Amino acid sequence: MSESLELITTSSDEGTLPLPEPLCREIYEKMLTIRRFEEAVLEVYTQGLMRGLAHLYIGQEASAVGICSALNDDDYLTSTHRGHGHLIAKGGKVDRMMAEMMGKVDGYNRGKGGTMHIADMSLGILGANGIVGGGMGMATGAALSGKMRGTGQVAVCFFGDGAINQGAFLESANLASVWSLPVLFVCENNHYGEYTAAKDVTAVREHVAERAAGFDMPAMVVDGNDAVAVHQTAVEMVERARAGEGPCLIENKTYRYRGHHVGDGDPEKTYRTQEETDTWLAKDPIPRFARRMMKAGMVDEAELESIDTTITKRVEDAVAFANESPYPEAGEVTDHVFA
Amino acid sequence: MSLPERQITYGEAVREAIAEEMRRDGTVFFMGEDVAVAGGVFKVTVGLLDEFGEDRVRDTPISEAGIMGAGVGAALTGMRPIVEIMFGDFITIAMDQIVNQAAKMCYMTGGQASCALTIRTTIGAGRSSAAQHSQSLQAWLSHIPGVKVAIPSTPADLKGLLKTAIRDDNPTVIYEDKMMYGLKGPVPDVEDYTIPFGVADIKREGSDVTLVATSSMVHTALKAADELEREGISAEVVDPRTLSPLDMDTIVRSVEKTSRAVVIDEAYQSYGVTGELASRIADEAFDYLDAPVKRLGAMDVPVPFSPGLEPQTIPDEEKLVRTVQGLFHDVPV
Ligand SMILES: Cc1ncc(C[n+]2csc(CCOP(=O)(O)OP(=O)(O)O)c2C)c(N)n1
Ligand SMILES: [Mg+2]
Repeated sequence: MSESLELITTSSDEGTLPLPEPLCREIYEKMLTIRRFEEAVLEVYTQGLMRGLAHLYIGQEASAVGICSALNDDDYLTSTHRGHGHLIAKGGKVDRMMAEMMGKVDGYNRGKGGTMHIADMSLGILGANGIVGGGMGMATGAALSGKMRGTGQVAVCFFGDGAINQGAFLESANLASVWSLPVLFVCENNHYGEYTAAKDVTAVREHVAERAAGFDMPAMVVDGNDAVAVHQTAVEMVERARAGEGPCLIENKTYRYRGHHVGDGDPEKTYRTQEETDTWLAKDPIPRFARRMMKAGMVDEAELESIDTTITKRVEDAVAFANESPYPEAGEVTDHVFA
Repeated sequence: MSLPERQITYGEAVREAIAEEMRRDGTVFFMGEDVAVAGGVFKVTVGLLDEFGEDRVRDTPISEAGIMGAGVGAALTGMRPIVEIMFGDFITIAMDQIVNQAAKMCYMTGGQASCALTIRTTIGAGRSSAAQHSQSLQAWLSHIPGVKVAIPSTPADLKGLLKTAIRDDNPTVIYEDKMMYGLKGPVPDVEDYTIPFGVADIKREGSDVTLVATSSMVHTALKAADELEREGISAEVVDPRTLSPLDMDTIVRSVEKTSRAVVIDEAYQSYGVTGELASRIADEAFDYLDAPVKRLGAMDVPVPFSPGLEPQTIPDEEKLVRTVQGLFHDVPV
């Protein structure tokens, strides 16, 4: 009971890297894949090869990867409009993602969903979501389903600082808590919802995670740009959830380096300051993690470069795959309205 | 060959359908506000908790969006939830989860996901419940591709359609008229009685006019048909039973025979079910029509509380009779 009222602020010791090497490599490669993928999205979008909206995850990679590296393949995940990172972290294939973003038939959703709706049911990815807070109920239900079927599966619900003010959060958090469901509510606090500062519209003393106290669930405030801290928090909370001890709220403090979506202008000229952005750029999760791997003797500069080359190539191949894939046949428009 | 029958109420039909499906399939479960211990505010789910236990029959918090969302999530991951929304008016609070999530998951994922969610909720005025507990909002979800909608008028239809809905791999909604829970009627006494969606039922045969009626308005239409019979007008009553999918064939065949049609439904008349049906009939049965298609819905006012006001807002048999008469003579309507 008292646990729920305690806010645990987690920030790992920069000096050490207390995770096994294969896991560190996986974390690093996934984070870099997200970064390179998002850079490619920016490019194809700017070239006019992709339509709709592109909400880039650049800067937040440690959050998705830190959490998902604590999950099993059959655990569930609900994502958001800013979902590319979550999908890659959970094992989504970059070629099928890129094809989906271009509306091509080889995309995950046969071109019917696009960037805001990519799903891979076989990986437990119940979908990105165009509705802020839209995945909260679903994650709660997936956790209920896992619990009823006795599978030990957990559900992770990613959402932004903006979504914590949706009524769906209260309803889902209460339900998950009162039924002790294995849900990790993961708030990625990047400090802005579109062009509005979270602090201007969110009634908390300091942390969004304070809200958890109202639902009798533990809360952690985590350095969301530190993959180790995020991962360790997630491991502990996943274990707790699997043991039937119920949901938690994890707040990953982070920052998006780009605008809300591609093409919406320069944030530093309008709603945020260059100083603030610079502070966060200094905490870029990817070089930070690379430095720690090097310090731990896991990799050297040359190897980091070769990892980057491999990943960059994989992303280029994904773009080529997507470019080559055709649009769906017009007749597909009426397929899949019903199962 | 007629099937053996039993008399049960509309409410008992709900309970039987849920219980039979829960016995058949361990992934079916039922949740809603006050549905377990209390057996629902209309008492139609009494006994389910005793038989199936609290894991599968769940009292939820008063969180329509939350429980609908949980239903969607459970349905996406291998369960077959039945979610009850106590009053159909409250479904407005869960709309995002139905309209933007459940209805679109299969399509948006290119067929990867299916959402075997059954929603039960109520419609119908007539008990002085005032404007927030009396509406018939069936047009709202009938408007949404990806949702199937049933609107049963009898215990047998309710039982058969609800069982089909629970087995369907898609989001389905059953609109139950709360005024009819006590209505008794014959239900085929066979194991596994189901009714397919998209098959209308001719509730009464006739040759001069087609009355297309839904839910409680079927009973209004049947009474009006008796009255019209005395005047020498033979009315056929067609109950679509499901609004989505809609069995236009049966309606068009009836109009082909009668050459006249009146549509009656308890929802607000403007932009609703009657408008859709009338336009489809005008379009698809134009060649057979000898008169314009008429329609009767609820008055376009919030449902009033006072017994002195409420009845006139709902279509009734007198209005229906007059409307039909107007198609034959120059009776002012
Ligand atoms: C229900 C709803 N309201 C508004 C929007 C428009 N919208 C899209 S993203 C967004 C900001 C969300 O902020 P946050 O939850 O912090 O996520 P972030 O974009 O920072 O990742 C808004 C207002 C929406 N998609 N859904
Ligand atoms: Mg935000």
